[in-house]
Amino acid sequence: MQPESHADMEQEAGCVEARRALSALLREQRLGMLSTQQDGEPHASLVAFVGSEDLSTILFATSRATRKFANIESDPRVAMLIHNACDLPVDFTDATATTAKGAAAELTGPEHDAAVERYARIHPHLAAFVASPSTALMCIEVASYSIVRRFQHVTELHLDR
Amino acid sequence: MLIPLADITDELRDQVGGKAWSLATMARAGLTIPDAAVIPADVYRRYVQETGLSQRINLELARKRFEDMRWEELWDAALRIRNMFAATPLPDAMRAELLPVVAERFDDAATVVRSSALAEDAAGTSFAGLHESYVNVRGAEAIVEHARLVWASLWSDAALLYRQELGLDAHESAMAVVIQRIVVGERSGVAFSRSPEEQSQGMIEAVWGLNQGLVDGTVEPDRWVIDRDSRTLVSHAPAPREQAVMPAGSGIELRPLQDQRRTSPPLAEAEVGEVHAMSRRSEELFGPAQDTEWTFEGATLHTLQSRPITTGRSDDDDGSPYSRSWYLSLRRSFDSLEALRAKIEGEEIPAMIADADRLAAVDLAPLTDAALADHIEQRATILERWHDVYWEDFIPFAHGTRLFGQVYNDALRPDDPYEFVDLLSAQPMMGMARNRLLEQMAALVRERDLADVLRAGAEPPEELQALLADYVERFPDPGERILDLVLRMADRDATERERPDAAALEERFLAQFEGEERERMEALLDLGRASYRLRDDDNIYIGRVEAEVARAVDEARRRIARTLPDDLSAADAARALRDSAFVPEPETEAAATEEHGDLRAQERQLVGQPAGAGFARGPARVIRKPEDLYDFEAGEVLVVDSLDPTMTFVVPLAAGIVERRGGMLIHGAIIAREYGIACVTGVPQAAELLHTGDEITVDGYLGIVTITRRATR
Repeated sequence: MQPESHADMEQEAGCVEARRALSALLREQRLGMLSTQQDGEPHASLVAFVGSEDLSTILFATSRATRKFANIESDPRVAMLIHNACDLPVDFTDATATTAKGAAAELTGPEHDAAVERYARIHPHLAAFVASPSTALMCIEVASYSIVRRFQHVTELHLDR
Repeated sequence: MLIPLADITDELRDQVGGKAWSLATMARAGLTIPDAAVIPADVYRRYVQETGLSQRINLELARKRFEDMRWEELWDAALRIRNMFAATPLPDAMRAELLPVVAERFDDAATVVRSSALAEDAAGTSFAGLHESYVNVRGAEAIVEHARLVWASLWSDAALLYRQELGLDAHESAMAVVIQRIVVGERSGVAFSRSPEEQSQGMIEAVWGLNQGLVDGTVEPDRWVIDRDSRTLVSHAPAPREQAVMPAGSGIELRPLQDQRRTSPPLAEAEVGEVHAMSRRSEELFGPAQDTEWTFEGATLHTLQSRPITTGRSDDDDGSPYSRSWYLSLRRSFDSLEALRAKIEGEEIPAMIADADRLAAVDLAPLTDAALADHIEQRATILERWHDVYWEDFIPFAHGTRLFGQVYNDALRPDDPYEFVDLLSAQPMMGMARNRLLEQMAALVRERDLADVLRAGAEPPEELQALLADYVERFPDPGERILDLVLRMADRDATERERPDAAALEERFLAQFEGEERERMEALLDLGRASYRLRDDDNIYIGRVEAEVARAVDEARRRIARTLPDDLSAADAARALRDSAFVPEPETEAAATEEHGDLRAQERQLVGQPAGAGFARGPARVIRKPEDLYDFEAGEVLVVDSLDPTMTFVVPLAAGIVERRGGMLIHGAIIAREYGIACVTGVPQAAELLHTGDEITVDGYLGIVTITRRATR
């Protein structure tokens, strides 16, 4: 039996570690798997994302003609899977994955313009795409992350709003 | 960041490119070369990596398969890539490293900024003329800015056409840039280390002033012939010596020669020997006989460039620092385009029409099967020959349109890079007259609020009757269907974009030039219009020959009592006529839906070229035959294989246009610009993959068509 205070400390250390792993993942990865749905019909899409430093938001861009855009228009709830697995057996021990859940909405006005710039800095080759009037720049207000490490070690991180 | 000529060793050849390496080789051998330095290929690599350009170029080139791209689309892709380079400054850190060293070395001196391609040597081939050079560039800022444009020319349309030979690859390919101080010599010329006419002799040509006069043939040179073995003078043929090309402001001009120079040859005998020795030295350095350009500044002989004689002189645009003034290169391509125009308009088009007429006159029905098979093969051969002519002559001639566009854009720098099209398309066109008459009727219906009464079956008022009668007389459409169309048009207030007055545009353009140059520009405009007309009609002429091949194949189809694929080829048709056991296979898969057992594949998003800014949604209306146009409803998207001028009258009703043929300069794109509607061109198989009634979105900004809901069929 370990003293309770020690357990607290361990738990806090675990949290810090999870948070650090999450930050690194958002910083290092470029593509995420976005999940949307409409009338119970699920849909998954690969998108180029940009996570905010404070972890509160995730940006991605989509043409207004896409299914994911139509889905979000009818139901803004989304999930996004971001991971650093390389499609190798060692991933089960070494990879980190997170699922972010939240609500997505299109950015407009000055907020949009600033975000376009931020997005294009991380994905310069998509600068023309994200700036096109036919492209919607979407922002997910993240409610929670679940972070998976070492195969089955799962930590949940809730963003209180 | 910047390698001086003197520091270039053989090991650096992969970094500095062929041109810089040969200059350095000559300098090392003791020849006097105008001061030069090289921005090595790694700087290009760093620039495209750090700015993300490398990936953007890759995206631009990967969006469509090259095989699916028309030549016009290559132009547009090259233009878009050029704009990417022009709009992407060097990252601050690179700027901070490069600018000071360029400024330190060249200060405010006049320089030429030119390409030094890596691929040229690797392939052992010269690809002169693919890449750009800029003459008379002063100051570090301007030099670095022009270096970006030289880099962009790694992806020029011509380079894209030769992409396989060049091994162009967005992630691998790179280019070095040579910056060279311009030496203004008083006497200039060329030297052949071995005369093209007599192998045992060398030859030198020289003029007073700059080399351009000699190179473009306006100034006749003195000529000396030298015996190679004894290095003694064989002969000297003096020239009339009346004019010289001299530097003037930021360009050059032809001036009368001063009196004392008229009477004396540009070179003394000793100097002839000096020039010959220099050309022999460069031959020793490089191997094959050399064609070398040189100039005397005071008593100093400068070698400007050297290359094997076999490459000829016609491509020396990117050779001597002086020969790339835009106006000279323009003249040169202008001349070759004029010659091409004479050949196309005078010989090829009439011959193609004659072929089509001759084939059309043949009655195929009485032929035996064997004779019909022969006929089909002959026709296929004739068509193949015209396809070759199309690639060899028609496409190069279409450069006349681009050439004009480039000159127009350089002179007027318009916001819209396709403004010049208004000037080229300002020729009387039947299609536009038809549209205006329809619009006139629609406006009348709108003003008098006639739509409902006319729909209820009332007689049109006299004024409208008169317009309708005029229309039916001039155009081959049935009156009642046209009235229907007019009513639909009246519901929709689509107006033609304010069309700039062509005469005013023309004058505004020509006003930029004076005297002889203005005359040249008038001729260039004329050439541009001829090129534009042909570009517009190219498919129609070939289409007539294609139709004759198809007619013969159809005749074969009627005779062959076997199941045949829809796309029966000429070769298979001939074989099937001769061999009753032969069963032809379909050539291509019908694409829209592919079924393999339980699997069903369906296209959802199609990629073409952005050709008219806008984003539109609507049901597709696929036009397969002219009559389909009368069914066009307001708000539909016009989908067509190839929009010709007689089809554009429904465009005011359309929410958008989708076309299989690609390019910014085709009719669909031009008319979409007129009305400011969304347009995507170059969508492979557009008319097959899309069906009337499909709900589609047209993204004219990014060049994407999405099928959001399929029509039930």
